[in-house]
Amino acid sequence: MTGTTITNGSDKPLLEASKLTKIFGTLKACDEINLAIGTGEIHSLLGENGAGKSTLVKMLFGALQPTSGDIAWKGQKVTVTNPAMGRSLGIGMVFQHFSLFDALTAAENIALSLDERTPLDTIATRAREIGQAYGLPVDPEALVGDLSVGERQRIEIIRCLLQNPDLIILDEPTSVLTPQEADLLFVTLERLRSEGKSILYISHRLEEVRRLCDRATVLRHGKVVGQCDPRSQTAASLARMMVGNDIHVIDRHPAEAAASTQAALLEVRGLSQKPRGPFSVSLHDINLSVRAGEILGIAGVAGNGQGELFEAISGEVLQERPDIIRIRGTDAGRIGISGRRKLGAAFVPEERLGHGAVPDMSLTNNLLLSRHSTDRKVFLTGGALRLVAERSLALATSRIVTQMDVRKSAENPDASALSGGNLQKFLIGRELDRNPSVMIVNQPTWGVDAGAAAHIRQALVDLARSGSAVIVISQDLDELFDISDRIAAMVHGHLSESVPIEAMNRERVGLMMGGVDHSIAPENAGTI
Amino acid sequence: MTMFEAILLTIATAATPLLIAALGELVVERSGVLNLGVEGMMVMGAVAGFAIAQTTGSAWLGMIAAILAGAAFSLLFGFLTLTLVTNQVATGLALTLLGLGASAMIGESFVGLPGVKMEALNIPVLTDLPYVGKFLFGQDPIFYISILLTIGVVWFLFKTRAGLTLRAVGDNHTSAHSLGVPVVRIRYLAVLFGGACAGLAGGQLSLVYVPQWVENMTAGRGWIALALVVFASWRPWRILAGAYLFGAVSIGQLHAQALGIGIPSQFMSSLPYLATIIVLVLISRNKRLTLMNTPTSLGKPFVPDR
Repeated sequence: MTGTTITNGSDKPLLEASKLTKIFGTLKACDEINLAIGTGEIHSLLGENGAGKSTLVKMLFGALQPTSGDIAWKGQKVTVTNPAMGRSLGIGMVFQHFSLFDALTAAENIALSLDERTPLDTIATRAREIGQAYGLPVDPEALVGDLSVGERQRIEIIRCLLQNPDLIILDEPTSVLTPQEADLLFVTLERLRSEGKSILYISHRLEEVRRLCDRATVLRHGKVVGQCDPRSQTAASLARMMVGNDIHVIDRHPAEAAASTQAALLEVRGLSQKPRGPFSVSLHDINLSVRAGEILGIAGVAGNGQGELFEAISGEVLQERPDIIRIRGTDAGRIGISGRRKLGAAFVPEERLGHGAVPDMSLTNNLLLSRHSTDRKVFLTGGALRLVAERSLALATSRIVTQMDVRKSAENPDASALSGGNLQKFLIGRELDRNPSVMIVNQPTWGVDAGAAAHIRQALVDLARSGSAVIVISQDLDELFDISDRIAAMVHGHLSESVPIEAMNRERVGLMMGGVDHSIAPENAGTI
Repeated sequence: MTMFEAILLTIATAATPLLIAALGELVVERSGVLNLGVEGMMVMGAVAGFAIAQTTGSAWLGMIAAILAGAAFSLLFGFLTLTLVTNQVATGLALTLLGLGASAMIGESFVGLPGVKMEALNIPVLTDLPYVGKFLFGQDPIFYISILLTIGVVWFLFKTRAGLTLRAVGDNHTSAHSLGVPVVRIRYLAVLFGGACAGLAGGQLSLVYVPQWVENMTAGRGWIALALVVFASWRPWRILAGAYLFGAVSIGQLHAQALGIGIPSQFMSSLPYLATIIVLVLISRNKRLTLMNTPTSLGKPFVPDR
C-alpha cells in the first residue's frame, strides 16, 4: 500500500453493512452480509457469477432495497432509497454494463447524473478538466454510440468523479479493457486512493485484485465466506475461496494428427465489409484459415468488429463473392445460415437470449429452430407435412443436457428460465451434438461461472482434437491462452496475423489488441 | 383577398391539426412510449370542444375542453401502459376505437347544430398587407399556437435539462432508472402532453377548420400525424415541413381536380400521402442521423426491478 496518512480499519469505517439480506422470491441473493470499507482503501469484492456481488452493491448504491439489515455511512445509519440519494451521500458507481445513452453526447451523458442546478453549458469544460487531471481524455461533444468501450468507461468514471464521491464502486471495470488500458485505469485508481477516496472493486480477475487491492471480501452463494489481504494470497487460493473447491484444469491433449498437415476446413479471404448500422464496425481485408484439429483464438476489445466477423462467417450477412468464405472447400460466401450448417459448420453467437435462443421458447423448440434444416430426417416426420418429431427432439435435448451438465429447474423449461451459464452450456451442446467440422463461438464463457466455463472450454478443446476446426472469439485472455493453438487480435475491423501460442505472451497480445503490434495494418498504429 | 392568399390560408388550416398532434406524439415517442391512440384522443377533443363551445357559446372554453378531453383520454392510456404495463400497441389501437365510438355517442345530439367558429386575428394595416398579410397576421389563434409550440418543443427537447432527461428515458430507460431518473413519472407527463396536443388538434378541427360536429370527423388525421412523426425521424422542424407539405398537396390536388385535369381522382386523392412519404424518405436518407434520433426504447415496457 502507498504511504498514505489515513490508516485502514483503525477508526470508524466509511461504510459498514451489517446482516444485509435481499430475497428475490425464494432465492436469497444476499444472506446476512457483513462488509466494512475503510477510508482510503481499495476493497475487493470477489465471487463467481450469481454469488450476490451485484445485488450487494446495488443495495449499497440505492438501486435495490434490502429485505433486512442495516447500512451505516460514516458511522450514521442510513436508508438509501434510490441512486440519487446514494450519490448525494457520496457513493458513486461505475457500472459493468455501462449505463450510458448511445444517442446523447458525452457531455449530455455526464450532465444527466449531475445536480439539476448545474448549467448544461459548463459541463463540457468541467468534464475536460477532470479528464485531464486524472489522465482520462474524452471529447465532450462526441456521441457516445460512436465511442470505444474504453472511452465509454472513461466517461462513466469522469461522471462519477464529477460528483466528488467518497466511495467509488467499480463493477468489473477491466473486463472490457486491453491490458494496457487496464494499467492506465490502475494508475487512476491508485491516485484516487492516495487522495483518501475509498474504492469498492468488483472483479473476478484474481491477479488484478492481488496487485491493486488492500482487502478482499469473498462471497459465495450470497454469503460472505472469507476476508483476507489479497496480497498475501495466491491466485489459486483466492479461486478456491470463491468456488469452494479446485477449478478443473483444461487438458490440452495433443491433436491426433499434426494440424499443419491437415487441409484448412474454414478459410476467409479478403473479407471487407461496410458498417451496417450507426454503431457497427467496418471490416477490412480479413484473412484467416483454420485447419482440422486446431483452435484459433481471436482476441480483441469488444466492438472492434468481432460481432461483424461472426455474422459474416455464420452467414447472417452474405458476401459479394462466394469465394470470400470457404467451408470445407466449398465456396460459401453467398450461402445462407442453414446452407452453411449443412456444410458442417456450427455457430454460437455472443448474445444468448434473443440471438442464440428464443427466450420464451422451450429448450426443445430452440433445438428444433437451429437444427430443423440440418437434421430434417431426425426431427421432422410425415414427409411433406414436416411434423415435429417430439420424441426424438426430447431425446436429443436430454442427451445434450446430460452431456453438458445443464442444470434446469423443470423438465423442458423456457430458454429464459435457465441461468446464463446453463443456457450457454445448452447452446454449445446443441451445436456439439451435431459433431460439426467447423465451429465458431463468440464469447463462449462471458458471464459464465468458473465451473461451467471450464466445462465449456474442455468441450471445445475436445471437439478440435477430434478433428474439427474451431474459432473462439473472446475478450478473456486467460481463456484464449488456456485453449487456443494460435491467437490473432482484432482492432478497428482489422485482423492481425495469427501467432502460435508458444510464441505468444500477454504483453504481445495486448499490443496487438491496441493496434500497435507491427503484425497489424500500419495505418492503425498507435490508436488505442 | 386574392386566390393565392386563399390557398395559402387553407393550406395552413389543413396543416395545423397535423402539426399539433404530431408534435405531441413526438414528445411521447421521444420518451419511449408509442401511443397509437392519437386518432382517438383527437376525435375526443373535437367532440368535447364542439359540445362545450356549442353549450357555452365560447370557442375558447371549447378549446380548453378539447385539450382537457385529450389529456384525460391519454391518462387512461398512461394508466394502462405505464402502471399496469399493458402492450402499448394494442392499448393505443383500443384507445382509437374507444375514442371513435365514445365521441359518436357523445356527439349524437350535436349533429347538424351550428358551431362556434374561433375568430381570426385582425390587426389593422398588418392584416391588409398584400399577399402575406392574411397569412402572417390574419389567421386563427391556433395557427400561432402551433408555430409557438414547434419552437417550444425544439427548445424544450434540445436546450433544457428536462428535455435531455426525457430523451435519455427514451434512449435507455434502464440506464435512466439506474441514474435515479423517475422514468414512469416522466413518461406520464409526456403522455399527458401528447394527449393535450391531440385534443387541441381535435378542437381545431371542430372549432376552426369546419365549425360543426360530424361523426368520425378526424378522418384519419391522427394516423397521418403518427406517420409524420416516424417519417420526420423524430425531429420537430421536419414535422413542421411534413405537415405543411401534406397540407399543400392535399389543397393543391383539390384545386387541380376542380380545374378538371384528366387524372383519375383516386390518384389525386392519394397524392398528399405519396408526396409526403417520398419527400420525408428522401430527407431521411442519412441513416445514421435517423437512427441517432430514433428513441431506442420506443414501445418497450418498463418495469423497475425492486
